[in-house]
Amino acid sequence: MTNQSDNSTDQVHHLRRMTLMWVILSVVADILFSIFVAPHVPPGRLTETAAKDQTDFNVLFEMAVPVLFGVWIYMSYSLIVWGDKRNSNQAFSGDAARTNMKTQVSWIVVTSVTVLFLAAFGTYALIVDHGSGGGEGPNPAFAPSGALKAETAALVGKATWSPGSKNVLPVQVIAQQWKFTYRYPTFGGMESSQLIVPADTTIAFNVTSLDVIHSFWAYQLGVKADANPQVNNVAFTTTKDPGNFIVRCSELCGIWHGSMFNNGKVESQADFENWATTTEAANAANTALLPAFAWTYTPDANGAAGGYYPDGTQTPYSTVETYGSKQPS
Amino acid sequence: MTISEERSTEVTGAASGHDHESRKLSWTQRPGIFSQHIGTAAVLAVVGYVIGHWFGNYLTSGYSYIANSGQNSTANALALAFGVVGWLLGIGALNYPFAKLFGVDGLEEESPVDNWTKYFRYTLDHKIVGLQYVVGVLLFLFTGGLLAMAVRAELLNPTTHLFSPDTYIKIVSEHGTIMMMMATSIIVGPLGNYFVPLMIGSRRMAFPRIEALSFWIFTAGYMVIFSALPYGGFPTGWTGYAPLQTQAGPGMVSYLLGFAVIGIGMILAGFNQAVTIINYRAPGMTWSRVPIFVWSILATASLLTLATPVLIAGGLFGLLDKTVQTAFFVTEHGGSSYLWQNLFWFFGHPEVYIMALPGFGIAGEIMPVFTRRPLFAYKVAAAGMIGVALLSFFVWQHHLFQSGINPDMRPLFMLTTELISIPTGFIFLVGMGTLYRAKIRLEIPMLFVLALFFNFLIGGITGVFLSDVPVNVTVHGGFFVLSHFHYTIMGGLLFAFMAGLYFWLPKMTGKMMNKKIGKLHFWLMFVFFNLTFFPMFIIGLLGQPRRVFTYASNLQGLNDFSSVSAFILGFSFLVFFYNLVYSMWLKPEIAPPNPWESLGLEWQTASPVPPYNFERIPVIMTDPYRYSEEGAPAFADLGTGGPTDPSTHSLA
Repeated sequence: MTNQSDNSTDQVHHLRRMTLMWVILSVVADILFSIFVAPHVPPGRLTETAAKDQTDFNVLFEMAVPVLFGVWIYMSYSLIVWGDKRNSNQAFSGDAARTNMKTQVSWIVVTSVTVLFLAAFGTYALIVDHGSGGGEGPNPAFAPSGALKAETAALVGKATWSPGSKNVLPVQVIAQQWKFTYRYPTFGGMESSQLIVPADTTIAFNVTSLDVIHSFWAYQLGVKADANPQVNNVAFTTTKDPGNFIVRCSELCGIWHGSMFNNGKVESQADFENWATTTEAANAANTALLPAFAWTYTPDANGAAGGYYPDGTQTPYSTVETYGSKQPS
Repeated sequence: MTISEERSTEVTGAASGHDHESRKLSWTQRPGIFSQHIGTAAVLAVVGYVIGHWFGNYLTSGYSYIANSGQNSTANALALAFGVVGWLLGIGALNYPFAKLFGVDGLEEESPVDNWTKYFRYTLDHKIVGLQYVVGVLLFLFTGGLLAMAVRAELLNPTTHLFSPDTYIKIVSEHGTIMMMMATSIIVGPLGNYFVPLMIGSRRMAFPRIEALSFWIFTAGYMVIFSALPYGGFPTGWTGYAPLQTQAGPGMVSYLLGFAVIGIGMILAGFNQAVTIINYRAPGMTWSRVPIFVWSILATASLLTLATPVLIAGGLFGLLDKTVQTAFFVTEHGGSSYLWQNLFWFFGHPEVYIMALPGFGIAGEIMPVFTRRPLFAYKVAAAGMIGVALLSFFVWQHHLFQSGINPDMRPLFMLTTELISIPTGFIFLVGMGTLYRAKIRLEIPMLFVLALFFNFLIGGITGVFLSDVPVNVTVHGGFFVLSHFHYTIMGGLLFAFMAGLYFWLPKMTGKMMNKKIGKLHFWLMFVFFNLTFFPMFIIGLLGQPRRVFTYASNLQGLNDFSSVSAFILGFSFLVFFYNLVYSMWLKPEIAPPNPWESLGLEWQTASPVPPYNFERIPVIMTDPYRYSEEGAPAFADLGTGGPTDPSTHSLA
């Protein structure tokens, strides 16, 4: 008990040294991070959501650095100063060592405040950024203005978009084992195997699946939405400059999950309109064979997830095509 | 004291029944090959499997969708289920229920054989079951580890080069499932069963038959999940998402049934632990005197008991979908693909804490011993564990942030998920507080505990990143998540398990683990664990989804670095294995009765631990962890005048 007489001064001494190291290292690390790393943090700044996701990540990281350094410095300091070899004195003991109300309360208060701040910050980002590019299900709670109107119009084939119109552009993402295709209701419901979107435009991605659960991950766009069969999962983003991006499936969907990806492009508004109208005309014959544009499509018994209840008298493959419409003879 | 006396008479009564010389043994109990042991279990498992398969075919082969398909899930499921029953019958786990059913009296249950073969039998001694569990989880761990090596080997190259995509996805799925199943029991099974009764001063678990049954169900579950591979594997990963699950081949049946079987074992083990801790504490052991490891097992046990039924229900729904063509998870026929995700994660997220809490418990138990000072903020530690256990039931939808769930729920689940880091932070307060002005001895168990705090800090903080919905958009479903949960489960739980083994094996086996090889093991494991998984955070941020066999070619450098580190990490487990063989059999060094000078009750009883643990039920005198305190009374009075008698007690 003898060495506990200098308890209070000793305590201040250690804690002051640790705090000093902690403050210096945390500040330096945070500054270095924000200068050299933060601007390059994925997913980049190709769209509004991507940029905000990046900012969010950076804020969290800058807050995490002091926590990491706090624990690391404390642990290293303890091991060096209180290692058995250096200090053969008796360890701190008794009631004072067992608990310290001040330390406990301040720890609980500090962690609670941090955590509540983070939750508030995340919620704010989520609401202001219209879901942050994440899938919001069929009834998005946070939608950009004009989105509802554009989506409603798309369903009846009346959506319009032209360069400079500031309209929301609905794009449908259809996932199936193991590829993505995209339908553009604004351009006659044409289907493309390449995702091309215009710059400076708010896009409403309507993600659905024909078989199992996939996930549409347009990496540089900062968009990720699971593709569920029979569900229209909506995600929003606003593109900025032209650029390339990659689309990957990020939900395990079977054997070829690893090669379910393709490349997409953000093009200037004029280039996009040019591409869209050309493709619409070129694909007109194919588009006529597709089922009418809808948010979801029900595969029939021969669909990838189907195969139920064939009656045994029919051949395994009926004349009804996957989308439910009659196949051309 | 009356309680203690009552208990001791009761147990003594049982112990005298143990005197088997005077009793005529039934054939199942006789020593030798013609009795019940792991061999008869294997034979009956095969017989059960064949009968089940025949029965399934008999029932269903008339249906055209089965006759034409070339696979019969009903036959597979019944074969495996009957196989499990055969295994339990063969080992003797059902003798007692059947004896009761048919009114047979005086069944001798304790195996009369007292040699090495008792480890291959159904036995009721919690210490033998604990050792059986050690071997069982290590077997599980090494199987899963080999599969991990295969995964990393494939990822050496950005294209498919070693395995076909089909084989690769089977390996990934099997690795994940085996590891997750193993991790639910890795501490509760071996160390929980062995040490909880010793630490609370009990002579046995509350339900010895259930304790043995849970182990033999665990082994049966291992074989069922492993049977997926000869059946052609399953492509769903450990999460088993429907409708991919519904579409998958017969290996999926092994997954669904395997989880259900293991799940039953988990529930049994869980409530056995909970009942034992609540009811079998020695006199004087009030709730504020319960060792922190026991608190962690109690919190874990409540999760095991309450969360696992949901998994079993989900698995049975999946089995019904696959066998009798129900449509729980088939959207076209009125089911929902979200149902499985919700059921699975309602179990799955508490499970994550099933895999974290025992690790915290071990850390809290070991730190005071090697810092020679009391555990800081003991009550906060216990409250943190209970808090984590409670909150863990309210966070599961953070796995579904991008899935198209009701978007209004996302802020709520973001909040609950971030709230859970408050009680988790308590554990850090306790750990760090205990280091303060301590006298730190860097023995191997302590090194593993310090590594746990290092790893879990990274795992925990990246968890906060994942819980933030905007950041989650980028990192969900990628290598970032993968790295996060390896940091928490492997970096936390597995390091804690190793700490626990190095700490307690001397008590369990009476032999010390070799220090030099142990240090080599620790440093290899710690350094290469971090070198394996830290790059994966970056790989994930750079856009690599989980469970892929191809990836962007610019990520090859990082992936190769991670793979090579993973191989050395794998090698570190061989070092551990060598240490185990070396220290236990090749050059055993006899352990002193209390090698770490712990005050814990488990070290105060005789070494090796006698069959009923304590000569007399100990009486708990004071708080645990009164290290370095002059004049502090001993933790327990064993009534034997032994080393913990207050009069002879002295502290280092």
